[in-house]
Amino acid sequence: MTTSPGHPATGPATGVARDDSEGMDYLMSLPRRTVTVYLPLLCFLIVLLFPFYWMGLTSVKPNEELIDRSLNPWWVVDPTIAHYFHLIVNTDYPLWMWNTMVVAVSATLLSIVASVMAAYAIVRIRYSGSRWVGGMIFMAYLVPPSILFIPLALVVFQYGLFDSPMALILTYPTILIPFSTWLLMGYFKSIPYELEECALIDGASRWQILTRIVLPLSVPGIISAGIFAFTLCWNEFIYALVFISSSENKTVPVAVLSELVEGDIYHWGPLMAGALLGSVPVCIVYSFFVEHYVSSMTGAVKE
Amino acid sequence: MAEVRIRGVRKSFGNVEVIHGVDVDISDGEFVVLVGPSGCGKSTLLRMIAGLERITDGEVMIGGRVVNQMPPKERDVAMVFQNYALYPHMKVYDNMAFSMKLRGAEKSEVDQRVQKAADILGLTPFLERYPRQLSGGQRQRVAMGRAIVRDPQVFLFDEPLSNLDAKLRVQMRTEIKELHQRLKTTSVYVTHDQIEAMTMADRIVVMHDGIVEQAGEPLDLYDNPTNTFVAGFIGSPAMNFVRGTVRANGGPARLEAKDGVALPLGDGWSGQDGRSVVYGIRPEHLVLAEAGQRSVESEIAVVEPTGAETLLVSRVAGGEFQAVFRERHAFRPGTRVQLAPLLDKVHLFDAETGQRL
Ligand SMILES: Nc1ncnc2c1ncn2[C@@H]1O[C@H](COP(=O)(O)OP(=O)(O)OP(=O)(O)O)[C@@H](O)[C@H]1O
Ligand SMILES: [Mg+2]
Repeated sequence: MTTSPGHPATGPATGVARDDSEGMDYLMSLPRRTVTVYLPLLCFLIVLLFPFYWMGLTSVKPNEELIDRSLNPWWVVDPTIAHYFHLIVNTDYPLWMWNTMVVAVSATLLSIVASVMAAYAIVRIRYSGSRWVGGMIFMAYLVPPSILFIPLALVVFQYGLFDSPMALILTYPTILIPFSTWLLMGYFKSIPYELEECALIDGASRWQILTRIVLPLSVPGIISAGIFAFTLCWNEFIYALVFISSSENKTVPVAVLSELVEGDIYHWGPLMAGALLGSVPVCIVYSFFVEHYVSSMTGAVKE
Repeated sequence: MAEVRIRGVRKSFGNVEVIHGVDVDISDGEFVVLVGPSGCGKSTLLRMIAGLERITDGEVMIGGRVVNQMPPKERDVAMVFQNYALYPHMKVYDNMAFSMKLRGAEKSEVDQRVQKAADILGLTPFLERYPRQLSGGQRQRVAMGRAIVRDPQVFLFDEPLSNLDAKLRVQMRTEIKELHQRLKTTSVYVTHDQIEAMTMADRIVVMHDGIVEQAGEPLDLYDNPTNTFVAGFIGSPAMNFVRGTVRANGGPARLEAKDGVALPLGDGWSGQDGRSVVYGIRPEHLVLAEAGQRSVESEIAVVEPTGAETLLVSRVAGGEFQAVFRERHAFRPGTRVQLAPLLDKVHLFDAETGQRL
């Protein structure tokens, strides 16, 4: 468990680290490590980071350099922040950011609350058909959003939610809840049954067991579900494109595309600046929680 | 503190009945051990007392109240689980204080009771640690501390020592017993280890396949087992059994077994002439025969000295006989030895029903 602030591994770390490395000696010779570790890592890094490099590069290139084919496309001679300036001052970009944030945070919270309850009920409350319900929820995850958006559009219209953030806040959970529930189910299952039975004998109610035993132990699982949900909301495109029409209600992914492309003219600079700025919040969220994220993917609750 | 009465309790999982009507009376302050082989339903019975398992039929009473329909928290019992079930995200102190806090007890009272329990169990230095920072024995103590703090009517233990190494198990055994003598709380203790049962219990309840085979004081069970199951289960090394027929004609009473082997019987058994029985004799009730003593010849198979005593495994009538000697003899495998059963210690059981005669 890594939920506690006083993580014990900080004490005699140096001695332990040296001990650990001894068994791995064969990895230590530099040429060997280059081939087995650094080279593959480098390939990965290049493949993964190249889009970001291209985004960043384009966003600081002056327009002349963008069009001029005689220049080196991999580099920028005279960087400028004009595109960022244009984006923030002349467009509704800050508003789009705000919209995206509101939608992503609300939809994530909604989905996590619903998923926690659903997952706990499916895993731990004995009722007939609980496994069946679990299976159905996972099946729901397999239905692609690109099929669901047409019926959902009807629903959104009938409730008069069209072109409001609520349209997205209420539809995103249809994608998020199945996966989060499924992920949390796995996590709750890894919590020993006896802990809950013991709490039951200690006098806790179901609700107290959930809030004081199960949830504290599932923090890594909840964080991973949250990150997953947040990222998906942040990048979601189809629903945002279909359910929102006015510029001031748009989210970043849609707005960048629909407002910064006029006819067949691509404003590459602001477009890339918008994309880059748009990925910053997700990066921040990840960097904060990456440790939890990894631990929840690799290990269950240990006593 | 309270007495516990179990009346005709049955338990089915789906269509499968695993407990077939059990009656046990546990009086106030008594330490009762439920013992039996794996899968006989000990844990299930204990969990029904705790309220973790619904009672299919029959009644469980704690302190005079029928608790069948009561949720665990109203039964005022504390349970110690085999894997301790400590809350991993709480420090030892909070683990022990959890139940009191749930009941909304005063902070000062919680503190005082936790400190007292920690003091009894020697846990004071560990109160600020997390369970993962404790050794197995310390975790075991925390689990007990958690039970003590509540001062419940009944303690329930489900194989609390089986995750400890042999030495620690012996030590904790003594500690639990001392604790019981000090607190005098009614306790039900489940184990499959008959030595644990013998050493700790005021009274033992031997279970087998969902029924109670026999209940009684440890030595009473040892001396007067009601059937072959209890006779074979209680005592280590186990009682020796030989099947055969009682013969009393043409000589002193004896048991005729396979291969014409005859085992001596006391004269009291002459009335059973011709009856098919199981002959039981404990290893420590076999001695080396002196000249003229009625005995049975056997071939030594294995000799296992442990220092204090020597275990002799030999072959008699196609089966194995174990004998224990406190004195040292020069036994050699392959040689023959004359073993004489102490006649007043021989048990006879009906061959069909296994019941004691
Ligand atoms: N939840 C359950 N569903 C179905 N059968 C069960 C369930 N729990 C226990 N059983 C069955 O009930 C019987 C008794 O189980 P129990 O756990 O009480 O045994 P035990 O005496 O405690 O054994 P052990 O010494 O191995 O712990 C077993 O045959 C077991 O298979
Ligand atoms: Mg058991």
